[in-house]
Amino acid sequence: MNLRSFRTAAWLGWKIESNWTDPFLFAVYSIVKPLSGAAILVVMYSVITNGNFTDPLFPYIYLGNAFYMYVGAVMTGVSWAIIDDREHYRTLKYMYVAPIRIPLYLIGRAVARFLTGSFSVFITIVFGVLFLHVPINLAEVNWLLFIISLLMGVVLLALMGLTLAGVTLLLARHGDYLGDAVAGGLYLFSGAVFPLDVLPAWLRPLGYAMPITYWLELLRRSLVGSVAQAFPSLSAMSNGQLLAILAGMIVLAAVIAVITFRWCDYQARERGYIDRTTNY
Amino acid sequence: MSAEYSIETEGLGRTYRLRENKKKKDQPRELVALTGVNLQVQRGELFGLLGPNGAGKTTLIKILTTLLGPSTGWAKVAGYDVHRETVKVRPLINMVSGGESSGYGLLTVRENLWMFSQFYGMQSVEAYKYIDQLLAEFGLADRANTKSSDLSTGLRQKMNIIRGFMTGPEVLFLDEPTLGLDVGASRDVRSFVRRWINENPRRTLLLTTHTMVEADELCDRVAIINRGRVLACDTPAALKHELQQEAIFNLDVSAQNGLEAAAFEALPGVRKVQLTPLDGHSQLQFILAEESVLSAVVNTLTQRDVTILNLTKREPTLEDVFVTLVGRSMAEEEKVGSNGNGH
Ligand SMILES: Nc1ncnc2c1ncn2[C@@H]1O[C@H](COP(=O)(O)OP(=O)(O)OP(=O)(O)O)[C@@H](O)[C@H]1O
Ligand SMILES: [Mg+2]
Repeated sequence: MNLRSFRTAAWLGWKIESNWTDPFLFAVYSIVKPLSGAAILVVMYSVITNGNFTDPLFPYIYLGNAFYMYVGAVMTGVSWAIIDDREHYRTLKYMYVAPIRIPLYLIGRAVARFLTGSFSVFITIVFGVLFLHVPINLAEVNWLLFIISLLMGVVLLALMGLTLAGVTLLLARHGDYLGDAVAGGLYLFSGAVFPLDVLPAWLRPLGYAMPITYWLELLRRSLVGSVAQAFPSLSAMSNGQLLAILAGMIVLAAVIAVITFRWCDYQARERGYIDRTTNY
Repeated sequence: MSAEYSIETEGLGRTYRLRENKKKKDQPRELVALTGVNLQVQRGELFGLLGPNGAGKTTLIKILTTLLGPSTGWAKVAGYDVHRETVKVRPLINMVSGGESSGYGLLTVRENLWMFSQFYGMQSVEAYKYIDQLLAEFGLADRANTKSSDLSTGLRQKMNIIRGFMTGPEVLFLDEPTLGLDVGASRDVRSFVRRWINENPRRTLLLTTHTMVEADELCDRVAIINRGRVLACDTPAALKHELQQEAIFNLDVSAQNGLEAAAFEALPGVRKVQLTPLDGHSQLQFILAEESVLSAVVNTLTQRDVTILNLTKREPTLEDVFVTLVGRSMAEEEKVGSNGNGH
């Protein structure tokens, strides 16, 4: 029953995500959007470093940015379903009355975003390798580490999305910006666009406290071994240590997600927010 | 599980906290939407909640369907506490709100319904069979593969109603199911509701309405609710029977400026008068303690040179029951209620 509702939620998510009148446009959009995002970054990098693409900083930034697309896709994918169902389709109350686990439903809804996100990440990386000399050598990739890290990251992001979904339940207005705000905030401090070493010393602890920091580092190391050594902040740690830290943080994220979602869910029912719609 | 009642509430109440309005400091901060509601609905009953806008009907349904926490008291549905045992209640119930268009517009009618069947753990093959059968019964068969965004509001509501019945609930809640439907569609829904409940004695259905006829002709028992309180609860016949001793008259009279209901209410034995100005004449409705009071009424009219065009004695309706309980008609109550929300 749980599996079936999860599958159905994923099916619904996919229907919504791919609701383009023209599949060709959908494909173009899925390619153009991530590449244009990467292009902005590349241009900025090029201006700042005078086109020095051989510095290990470039693959560091390029890959960090590419994988960071998962953050928006999965995390806000989970919480967005609350807003979408409550405000747009007006079905959230019917989902609540149904005998399904809402967290499972919400995560199911995000599966489609994970898939389209994966596609974007893939396209971006392939583009980087082909045209920008991002030094990925397929023979040297640590596939096991890559897959484990990626899966752990998806779990982490889903849990963060669930926490966000709980808070969204209690927010009537502006709930739609919350996901973007959180994703944007984490972007700066998670080593996505620049190594933690670049941050002022007093801001670094913030970066160390972010699970995404370790996740991105693991992904980079698994794809491009040499990148890891270039920046001192995390290079002292072994892959095993990074994985252990990430695993610990996932457990913590799970505890936070369960407590937050339960509490918010209870409060939402107490206050009558399950079927509240905002009339803008 | 052998619950005595399908739906049971005791001392059920709900208070909404109102958001503060900075411009109007003196406004109340709380609104009592429901208070002291005691209901017992038996398995197999088609139970109606009748009340004007803002009476608290939807609030009650939301509590009973686990969407809203009560402020006081408790409620059980199918034997389980709706607040503490939501996981046990949910598989046994379903709910439909009328007068809104919900659903995934990008899915077809059939897809929308199939999706919900999956959330209730139905096998796809059986679900499709039942869905197609219901679509045919509701005259939607030819729209099965239409995207639901292309349906009119009324047809979407029918789809939503099918969603409620489709999952085979033990207890089904319909919040104003015929709101916004045309006469024919309303009739279809009502007859389906009746058949559905008669088909299987394990089923229970609670619906809310503010149409008298719906409550009167459809429901086994009706609770009349106003301003959060249940004022009476019985079979429509028994509710009306209370008024049987009294005499209810409709009078069409020539239009007359200055004719006031109050002038008649002062007469001894007149319970309630309603004056409705119509095109070229006026209609007066009287609830009298007994028939003999009518002569005093007629005298008053003659003294004022009012011509009686038509006089009929009629059977009491639930509207009359409401009027005697509240002192106002439902329409009047809705007007009063909307000017500052009562209380
Ligand atoms: N979320 C809310 N916050 C504050 N007040 C509310 C809320 N929901 C309902 N109310 C108020 O509670 C009262 C009862 O509302 P409810 O929706 O239960 O009435 P109803 O009988 O369903 O009316 P209608 O026939 O208009 O649907 C009304 O005065 C309404 O304004
Ligand atoms: Mg209502």
